[in-house]
Amino acid sequence: MIVADKKPIEEIIEEVKDYNSILIAGCNECVTVCEAGGKKEVGILASALRMYFMNLGKDVKIDEVTLERQCDHEYLEEIRNNIDQYDAVLSIACGVGVQFMAEKYFDKPILPGVNTCFLGVTEERGVWTERCQACGQCILASTGGICPVSRCAKRLFNGPCGGSTKGKCEINSEVDCAWQLIVDRLKELDKLEDYEKLTPIKDWSTDRAGGPRKVVREDVKL
Amino acid sequence: MRLQYPDTIRVIRVPCTGKVDILHLLRAFEKGADGVYVVGCMEGDCRFNQGNLRARKRVEQAQAILEAIGIGGDRVQMYNLSSGEGPKFAEYAREMTERIEKMGPNPLKAARQKKAA
Repeated sequence: MIVADKKPIEEIIEEVKDYNSILIAGCNECVTVCEAGGKKEVGILASALRMYFMNLGKDVKIDEVTLERQCDHEYLEEIRNNIDQYDAVLSIACGVGVQFMAEKYFDKPILPGVNTCFLGVTEERGVWTERCQACGQCILASTGGICPVSRCAKRLFNGPCGGSTKGKCEINSEVDCAWQLIVDRLKELDKLEDYEKLTPIKDWSTDRAGGPRKVVREDVKL
Repeated sequence: MRLQYPDTIRVIRVPCTGKVDILHLLRAFEKGADGVYVVGCMEGDCRFNQGNLRARKRVEQAQAILEAIGIGGDRVQMYNLSSGEGPKFAEYAREMTERIEKMGPNPLKAARQKKAA
């Protein structure tokens, strides 16, 4: 899922302090799981901002809504009938949601309330780590299900570098060496001969490095 | 035990402090409470395993938020005691009342009155 982290409330206050009517919009998917932008976080942020403005003596209307997703037209349409009563929308969905809402409601300021971090997993409550970099050419079949693009600091494709020490990466002793993990896994799967195979130079045109990307499925388009 | 403690306290009973949500704490202040404190079992003795630990985390979250928005993080506190410690309950009630009296009333009450005027 997309992992995001809450923005410090001081930063959010700076973004919204000039508006008199704000809608806080959450998302029921990824940001709910990483406890940054779900219905509960919408409630917490709304309560905090109401108290902040009340304390300043400023009369600000703050309403709450949590959409199923903010990356699909149908769900964003749900607020079309009442978005006009707000000066701005504070969206605590991921960056995708904030942007899509901004495209849809072109004349309304849409402000972000979380920092979108990476594609990752919940290792335990409160700890999320990166797993995928969306490079567009998945090679997990030959690396035992462990990605050297996202988990190797140098994105090496043919084995560890000289800095791999006791299974940890040289950049940080808490980061696992991806290639150690890959070799261990291939050993477990009895596929160590895959390790010997040389991976050809990767086609990075499907990575973000090639520019903003698009997927078109002619078999699904109407 | 018939111990005396200040009448400024309103007790809300919950089966475990783990039931207390951060929104309960924040909304109490929104509605004008001067202080909120959560009294739970000793750490390690929660009969629901981690309820009081979750409550502590939520109280800490609420403290950070209230501090950041200018209401005062010290207005919300977590205390731990065993259910047999009546005198300690009274002591915490007195301590909390003293703390809040020193901090003064919830600034939102004054702000609301000014608005109504």
